Amino acid sequence: MYKGGKIIASLILFVAFLSIPFFYNMGKVNAGPENLQASISQLDGQQCVESADYMRSNHMQLLNKWRQSDVRDGKTVYVNSQGKSFDISLQSCLECHATQATKNTVGVNNPALKTSDQFCVSCHNYASVKPTCWSCHAGPEGAPK
Amino acid sequence: MKALLSFLAVIILILVATFGGSVENLHFLFGIIIPYLAFVMFVGGFVYRIIKWGRSPVPFRIPTTIGQQKSLPWIKQNKIENPTSTLGVIVRMAMEVFFFRSLFRNTKTELTQGAKGPIISHGSAKWLWLGSLFFHWSFLIIIIRHLRFFLEPVPVFVQLFDSIDGILQIGLPPIYLTDLFFLVAVTFLLVRRFVVPQLRYISLPADFFPLFLIMSIAISGMLMRYFYRIDIVAVKQLALGLAQLHPVLPEGIGAIFYVHLFLISSLFAYFPLSKLMHMGGIFMSPTRNMISNSRMVRHINPWDHEVEVHTYAQYEDEFREKMKKAGIPVEKE
Repeated sequence: MYKGGKIIASLILFVAFLSIPFFYNMGKVNAGPENLQASISQLDGQQCVESADYMRSNHMQLLNKWRQSDVRDGKTVYVNSQGKSFDISLQSCLECHATQATKNTVGVNNPALKTSDQFCVSCHNYASVKPTCWSCHAGPEGAPK
Repeated sequence: MKALLSFLAVIILILVATFGGSVENLHFLFGIIIPYLAFVMFVGGFVYRIIKWGRSPVPFRIPTTIGQQKSLPWIKQNKIENPTSTLGVIVRMAMEVFFFRSLFRNTKTELTQGAKGPIISHGSAKWLWLGSLFFHWSFLIIIIRHLRFFLEPVPVFVQLFDSIDGILQIGLPPIYLTDLFFLVAVTFLLVRRFVVPQLRYISLPADFFPLFLIMSIAISGMLMRYFYRIDIVAVKQLALGLAQLHPVLPEGIGAIFYVHLFLISSLFAYFPLSKLMHMGGIFMSPTRNMISNSRMVRHINPWDHEVEVHTYAQYEDEFREKMKKAGIPVEKE
């Protein structure tokens, strides 16, 4: 093999590079934000603005719509698919997600705080998505910008 | 026809994946077995192809150069385009790999009718270079961005790429610049094969198929991100499980995710069999990676076998006496 050493060495490097994710996660537990489900179930039969499945995948688009309709169109009430109305406000979210949903009695309960059991951050950190809520809303102290 | 076949092949792949994605019992196959299989085929095939290429003999210096060769001391050498040192070769290869140097020199030839008959004209053509550059770099950044699904905690550089890529913050989730660049570039690379007659003539299914496949991957990914939202947390659990060799199959991921995953698996499995191997092949192109020193060093063909020679001196030694008797003049008495 002509220049076999270099070729083999490069191949080893290439394979090592490809296997980084395997080693990076080795021995760690695949711990998704599971406590969410538990906290949601404590909401005695309530439902979020829309169904949980819908909210899980589309909440950002709904929030974007909310911003549009509240800030720009002046419509401050959202009527969901079941005909129930909600005030378009951060408070509507916090009502459940900040206090009852996360039964954390120590300190201030806020979904944006960077403790892993809090509502927004637990998923957002896991999926590495930065919410843009706090670029306008007064975020709580310690909220990730 | 060649394009149609490739297009149909991709459509069939999409249909198969849609079927697999919508049948709960097939999720194990489409979510775990096929991705692993594709990864093994990619790595194994890649290594096999490279070693096979590496075994080809390269006895002589065949670099194609576009600069002044090293010559007399007062003639300035082009040290990068006609390298005589390893450093020069490294710089040359880096320009090739990162900036597609030789594609930058792409030219087009046109035949036009002039007053005195047809005129042939040559001009520089940078569009292919630009399109390729956007395509490849976007692809790389998209792959780096996808690491957020495979690594936990997500490293800072991945987050950095993510935030720079979504810097325009259009819509929610923010539109990635690379998504747009990628789609435009791959469309350009495809359309030029249809529009330019010469290119259409030389294009094969092996050209169309990867383009359609990559395009469908991009479109399925963008659909998933911007239109038919899926549960990202479940996707990450699946991806992380794969990376931890501890696969889990979270429920409630939309069928479109399985389409995306199956198309990527197809691309990975197909990769070593295809032209896409230029990813590894570019490093092994002797016209680029060789030092141009054929006038400085004598390169001997390694498989030249010893030729038995019988020189005149030996001949005379052998027959000297007989030659003398026959009156034939000899050089040595």
